[in-house]
Amino acid sequence: MNRPVFAPSRVASAAAEHPRQPFAVRFPGFVRRLPWLVLAILALFPLLAPALGLEYYVGFVRRLLIVAIAASSLNFILGYGGMAALGHAGFIGVGAYTVVALVEAGFSSAWLAWGGALVVAGLSAALIGAVSLRTRGVYFIMITLAFAQMLYYLAVSLRTYGGDDGYGLYTSLEMGAWLDGVHPDVFYWVVLAIAALVFAGFSRVAHSRYGHALRGIRDNETRMVALGYPVYRLKLAGFVAAGAVAGLAGGLLASHNAFVSPAIMHWTQSALLLVMVMLGGLGRRWGAPLGVALWLVLEEALKMHTDYWHWPLGVLLLLAVFHAPQGLAALFERREANR
Amino acid sequence: MPQMKNLAAILALCAAATVHAADIKVGIALDISGPFSALGAEARDGFELAIEKLGGKLGGQPAEFLRTDFGGSPEQANQLVARYLQRDKIDFFTGPIGSNAALAVGPALFAARVPYLSSNPGPSAYAGDKCNPYFFAQYQNDTYDEAAGKVANEKGYRNVVLIAPNYPAGKDHLNGFKRLYEGAVKDEIYTRLGQIDYAAEIAQIRAAKPDAVFFFLPGAMGINFVKQFVGGGLKDVPLIAPGFSADEDVIQAVGEPMVGVLNTAHWTHDLPGEANAEFVAAFRKKYDGRYPSVYAAMAYDTLMAMDAAVRDAGGKVDDREAVLKALKKPSFKSVRGDFVYGANNYPVQNYYLREVGKDAEGRLTNKLVGITLEKHQDAYVGACRM
Amino acid sequence: MDAIFVFEQLLNGLGYGLMLFLIAAGLTLVFGIMDTMNLAHGSLYMAGAYVAARVHEASGMFVLAVAAAALVTVAVAALLEVLVIRRLYRRDHLVQVLATFGIILIADDVVKAIWGVAPLMASTPAVLAGPVQLAEGLPYPSYRLLLIGAGLLVALGLYLLVNRTRIGMLVRAGASNRQMAEFMGVRVGTVFAFVFALGAALAALAGALMAPISSVQIGMGEAILIPALVVIVIGGIGSIRGAFVAALLVGLVDTAGRAFLPPALRAVLPPAVAADLGPALAGIAMYVLMAAVLTLKPAGLFPARA
Repeated sequence: MNRPVFAPSRVASAAAEHPRQPFAVRFPGFVRRLPWLVLAILALFPLLAPALGLEYYVGFVRRLLIVAIAASSLNFILGYGGMAALGHAGFIGVGAYTVVALVEAGFSSAWLAWGGALVVAGLSAALIGAVSLRTRGVYFIMITLAFAQMLYYLAVSLRTYGGDDGYGLYTSLEMGAWLDGVHPDVFYWVVLAIAALVFAGFSRVAHSRYGHALRGIRDNETRMVALGYPVYRLKLAGFVAAGAVAGLAGGLLASHNAFVSPAIMHWTQSALLLVMVMLGGLGRRWGAPLGVALWLVLEEALKMHTDYWHWPLGVLLLLAVFHAPQGLAALFERREANR
Repeated sequence: MPQMKNLAAILALCAAATVHAADIKVGIALDISGPFSALGAEARDGFELAIEKLGGKLGGQPAEFLRTDFGGSPEQANQLVARYLQRDKIDFFTGPIGSNAALAVGPALFAARVPYLSSNPGPSAYAGDKCNPYFFAQYQNDTYDEAAGKVANEKGYRNVVLIAPNYPAGKDHLNGFKRLYEGAVKDEIYTRLGQIDYAAEIAQIRAAKPDAVFFFLPGAMGINFVKQFVGGGLKDVPLIAPGFSADEDVIQAVGEPMVGVLNTAHWTHDLPGEANAEFVAAFRKKYDGRYPSVYAAMAYDTLMAMDAAVRDAGGKVDDREAVLKALKKPSFKSVRGDFVYGANNYPVQNYYLREVGKDAEGRLTNKLVGITLEKHQDAYVGACRM
Repeated sequence: MDAIFVFEQLLNGLGYGLMLFLIAAGLTLVFGIMDTMNLAHGSLYMAGAYVAARVHEASGMFVLAVAAAALVTVAVAALLEVLVIRRLYRRDHLVQVLATFGIILIADDVVKAIWGVAPLMASTPAVLAGPVQLAEGLPYPSYRLLLIGAGLLVALGLYLLVNRTRIGMLVRAGASNRQMAEFMGVRVGTVFAFVFALGAALAALAGALMAPISSVQIGMGEAILIPALVVIVIGGIGSIRGAFVAALLVGLVDTAGRAFLPPALRAVLPPAVAADLGPALAGIAMYVLMAAVLTLKPAGLFPARA
């Protein structure tokens, strides 16, 4: 039995070997422009899809983007803040049910519904975070799970909103006269824009002073306390932001599916979010979207061909743990200086 | 090797597809994994038997039957239906076991004018104010419970304890029971969804000293409950259930303690009738002597209904009006015997009492006792405006 | 509500608690001593239940079924240890979650391929099928008494093993300071492999014993995993004593919530509100308990590590 995983000497020798250098080091210019290229392709996709016979995939990509929003928020608290929340799907559910509650109450504005989802999920994250952040490590994992389970059972028993049967949104929400009529896929662009904003926002904050403080807490909480940082409040702020964004994703998901059921906040959904983020690369800028894309595309492709579609995903996870522990994003990205 | 057979069938269908460009496409969303996997597998077996019998055709025309697992989650069902509609351009839809999945996929199918012939759930929403000409049910969920309530009257039970999971569907089922039941309800117990241990509830039941217990606990919950109920010394208290809580899957998993459980359904495998005898014999031959459940029977029936409708519509599946008209007046021989659709596309049909017992070979199974409700219609039809 | 009813419900609570302890014992052992979060513990539990159900049906001998379940599951676990778990000991908890979640996905498909998706029959041994009369008006399922006995025995056995035997000493040494133990000549790798096998045997025992009163089907491992995790977290990870106390606490709170809360609410609230609120609160009692405990004691009742 030998000592751990990353002996410094091994890293050094790997870097010296030319072909094993990260993609980003070899082609810096291309990699820098890649996000813009991807964004452009995504933006043009609904226009090109009909010609290519890919209409269905417009909806698929839209769902992928929504899940990526939620995953980015988890990546923010987990990857940069070290807060391993196993209840993130609970906030998605709070957001989705906020939309349901507003629709049931007679509101029809999409912006109000999504804004409401953001705010209500943020508030619940504040309450849950205030209690949960007193714990560390596995205890934190489990207490966030406990709160998500409470929310799950609450949704299951809420008769007004359909309980376990779920709630159908029979008329779609209005985004405003000037938007609704533009194009049938306008909701796709709205989601894309929100995803891009969320994504840029988290990237920026991660590299701000606040982001550095958060990483400091992740790496050595005691030291940060000693340095006089208000650790608890910093963590809570991150947790609330992440919860709010997950709620927004939940609100968008409600619109996307035109249906909400408690299944979206089952604990396995929280686990899947964790898995996707880690697969993509924890605390890496591109980790969340890459992980989400890889997982959802594989799931979709495997299910088309076999009923036994779980085990290849399991094998993928094991391979990732042993052969790409830094996540998929690490294959593309330059090592971030302060990781 | 059923896998190889599937593969061969799929290859054959693919080959057929290259010849006929405009095959009829049927989207079948299956619960092969997830909470209803055992029932989903039953339904799949029923579908496959029907496809075999129909020779891969509907109404004599080449057809393609797309079968995909959606893991029992409403969200994934939604995603799958989007794929079926936009990519595969299906002409018919069927398959999900859970009401939640049925409710999730309905709006998209109705908007795309694709007939959805449910092979299992008949949610109350689609029977009442959310009824839709494109939705056809095999039964309304609570009708089984209504029949069970009548059984309790006929057996002379005056004091009954009711138990169901704590979610709206559980309450619907208990309300269904109370609709026709005339005696007193001693206690209504609601349990956690997915509960494993029922000792506390069983003690409550014992303390209530009821004449009988009516339980609606689908899947693993029912299996756990009956095992613990009998072990807890309540063997002499009769159990009544809607057919879903006492079908072949539950009987085979619980074994001996199931003997004597009374349950109600709109079909049983020993129901007289030529179509049923043929189906049951073919099913038992194909699947190692196993008896089919309601899920398998209704999956089979669903494809037979599609077959007849395509034929009656003159093969023109694009003429949706004609297809709907044909579906509404089914001309095929159903395994359940004769039935007609009510105004809400939910059947008006007989409901039967079954009792778990042993067949001639000593195998545990449901046996037909008699008719409980004749030409019975669901309670929601009045709210349907279509 | 008479005294016998209350007593019976307390007994039910203890019984449920000990069932949970059976499952949590192996989990807390592996988690506490090897600091390894093994979500696949539920899969081992499932394997035990399936093997026991099959062997019991084929042979008619329950003891043989339990033994076979333990043997097969330990063999599977040994393979798992060599291939996967061994390389996870020093990794982050989250990495362990990721890998063992992968194992769950694989295990479910493997079980499906071998035994199909229909739940298996697992009958109670004939001698224990009925109730015994504990007191006047108090029949109690005899099989549950067996479970209570098994739970107590496992608790006692683990306590003695960890605290009173040489192997227990090695285990504690390896857990508290691995490097130091290695310098002292302890083969920590071997000790850990032994602990993992023991954890697997406990999971299989729990699966085999639970099979006659629960549904043997795919997903049963995940369903039991969450209550088991709740138990070990309330107790304090790694503390066998903590897991024991927490299991009893969870069993009692859960059972009391189901048995006494609905009637109590009916007495003080309007019937419609009580009918909705009672079962809803009872359903989440376990989670409320965990949140409350962790709020007051963020490292569980009996924190084993600093």
